[in-house]
Amino acid sequence: MHSRARITALSATAACLALALTACGSGGSDNAGVEGETGTEDVTLSVGTFNEFGYEELFEEYEQLNPNVTINHKKAATSNEARDNLTTRLAAGSGLSDIEGIEVDWLPELLEFPDQFADLSDPAVEGRWLDWKTEAATTKDGQLIGYGTDAGPQGVCYRADLFEKAGLPSDRESVAALLDGSWQDYFDAGKDFVAASDGVAWFDSAGATYQGMINQVQNAYEDNDGTVIATENPEVKDIYEQVLQASVTDGLSAHLTQWEDDWVASFQSDAFATKLCPGWMLGVIEGNAEGVEGWDIADVFPGGGGNWGGSYLTVPTQGENQAEAKKLAEWLTAPEQQIKAFESKGTFPSQVEALESEELQGQVDPFFNDAPTGQILANRATAVEVTPFKGPKYFAINDAMQQALTRVDVDETDDPASSWEKFTTAVGAL
Amino acid sequence: MAVTDRVQSPPPNTNRRTSRDTSVKRLAFSQKVSKWDVKLSPYLYISPFFLLFAITGLFPLLYTAWVSLHSWNLIGGQGEFTALENYEFVLAQPFFWNAVGNTFSIFLLSSVPQVVLAIAIAAVLDANLRARTFWRMGVLVPFVVAPVAVGLIFNNLFADQAGLFNELLTGIGLDPVRWHSDSLASHAAIATMVNFRWTGYNALIFLAAMQAIPRDVYEAATIDGAGRLRQFFSVTVPMLRPTIIFVVITATIGGLQIFDEARVFDQAGLGGADRQWQTLTMYIWELGWGQRNFGRASAVAWLLFLIIVVIAMANFLITRRIANQGGRR
Repeated sequence: MHSRARITALSATAACLALALTACGSGGSDNAGVEGETGTEDVTLSVGTFNEFGYEELFEEYEQLNPNVTINHKKAATSNEARDNLTTRLAAGSGLSDIEGIEVDWLPELLEFPDQFADLSDPAVEGRWLDWKTEAATTKDGQLIGYGTDAGPQGVCYRADLFEKAGLPSDRESVAALLDGSWQDYFDAGKDFVAASDGVAWFDSAGATYQGMINQVQNAYEDNDGTVIATENPEVKDIYEQVLQASVTDGLSAHLTQWEDDWVASFQSDAFATKLCPGWMLGVIEGNAEGVEGWDIADVFPGGGGNWGGSYLTVPTQGENQAEAKKLAEWLTAPEQQIKAFESKGTFPSQVEALESEELQGQVDPFFNDAPTGQILANRATAVEVTPFKGPKYFAINDAMQQALTRVDVDETDDPASSWEKFTTAVGAL
Repeated sequence: MAVTDRVQSPPPNTNRRTSRDTSVKRLAFSQKVSKWDVKLSPYLYISPFFLLFAITGLFPLLYTAWVSLHSWNLIGGQGEFTALENYEFVLAQPFFWNAVGNTFSIFLLSSVPQVVLAIAIAAVLDANLRARTFWRMGVLVPFVVAPVAVGLIFNNLFADQAGLFNELLTGIGLDPVRWHSDSLASHAAIATMVNFRWTGYNALIFLAAMQAIPRDVYEAATIDGAGRLRQFFSVTVPMLRPTIIFVVITATIGGLQIFDEARVFDQAGLGGADRQWQTLTMYIWELGWGQRNFGRASAVAWLLFLIIVVIAMANFLITRRIANQGGRR
């Protein structure tokens, strides 16, 4: 994968060099960087991403526009892997890519070390993103450490063919009507489905479903001053119990752990019928379920709207080509490019202009039965009411919670009560 | 020996040339130089190793000890001095003791079959085979494969629902093994990866030692009427004793530091939801990189170091006894 990307990058550069004598060289050097000149000297920029950012074709396009730039794409399989890589190299003081993609959940811990990241604030990009998107990446002193790429407004992806078999309505509008309401309504519909279908679960994993629920809570694990309340917060415990009741007692879960081999393989067998899906999940489903027909997406989300994840591009200060890197990051996160990334991998843009654009609104995904994904996700984005507070320990606590759910849902080594005890211990050890 | 010879040779020379002052001085100087030469050069000759060790071994060791006495953030760096607080905290953690148990379990499950299998393979390779070099190089192939690649392949085989091993088990009517939930099963799976990688390597070491066993010993045994199996247990294995000891010690040190295979055993890399296969090195990783608490991570690193030292000492004492017994026979 990696080497192929490099080869295409090289051939793109070569093609560009051939064209340079005639026209290709006119690509803009109109943007002044953080420091120094850009757009003249030959540079190689490395970009670190994870999962699917949908940038492969954009890199080629950028290289054609800027013949002096060669882009080296480093793609990590999971966000955990990317985070390990990022923190290790931050600590080492070298080895990071010129541009590093980061996930919204890591921001709180990274904002503690703003001097590690170039200040990307620029009058040119003011007002480009949804307000909460920019605020999350801004320090108290007003330094912007990352440009927003995508947001994660969630709908419900479902298998229309399996719905039909179980005697449930299967078209998008009726499913939206069926699942509209609280989480309990969603689970109740699941009970009907499971009773009527032979061994197919309602959703893939307790952990993934929990993630959708907890992202609707304002202060789940920490108070605004950073005090850890995860183990005392009744809201967290309620959600924990409700999701496990549905997963284990009512048997709605396919007992999978998200991102594991079994989970990836399950898309090829009819293991489950619904899945909470933020925009970036569309590309993941499409890849894992290649050749499977029947996937669709409903314009609905239990318990109100919900946002799951979304990423940023940062420029670490240890890089040598910060000016060029900032320019590339600026270009990649511009509304036009983000719409292309959305077309390619379903990463839903967080740029105001992109949300309103007709291109996005008219976007249709053939894999999801020609669903108007652009319009659906734009609706889902406006339904988001809560921006959860995430403090410095959010990531670690959420990891511990996911483990607690996996113990009961997948491993069956614990019951909900004993697994909660272990969660309490794990949080206490942070 | 050569060095001490040179110490004694200069004196007769000095007696002969005491007549002129300058030559005395020159002589005194050259004497001094040769004295330095005698005293210093042996140290100089062995110094590269010690310099290298000081930079890559001793310094990190001491620096880790220094870090373990502070609160220390991965990115933020040094905090305040906390004396032994990190050690107290870590030792009170059930996760730490769980990791110790897992480490030993995986270590035993990997080292014991590994040594036994390696000797068996070496014995087969030692026999008169056709295409001998091909087979000998063949056993080394798994060793050349990167551990993470091994992990990815075996992960696919050991997947709980879609993995090949469980498909085979259910195919013949057995219950699937819960590789990622059951503690012992996960240890066995990880040990399999370790064995896959290291058995061939150890087999080659054993093979080299076997080739050094004089052939006339076997001839004598054959004349005495010993069969192949009897020869193996009564001649080959006893003659291999020093090599077995070497392999066991290196396997112990490597085994207590198992990381790669266990880390890539699932996607999260934290050793399972219930820490079923979290080893000590993975616990260090979790503390240092997950929680970014370098102080506590360093404390665990030092505790692991102490554990290895204790076990290496035990190993040493046991092997000395075995070696003595071998000499007496």
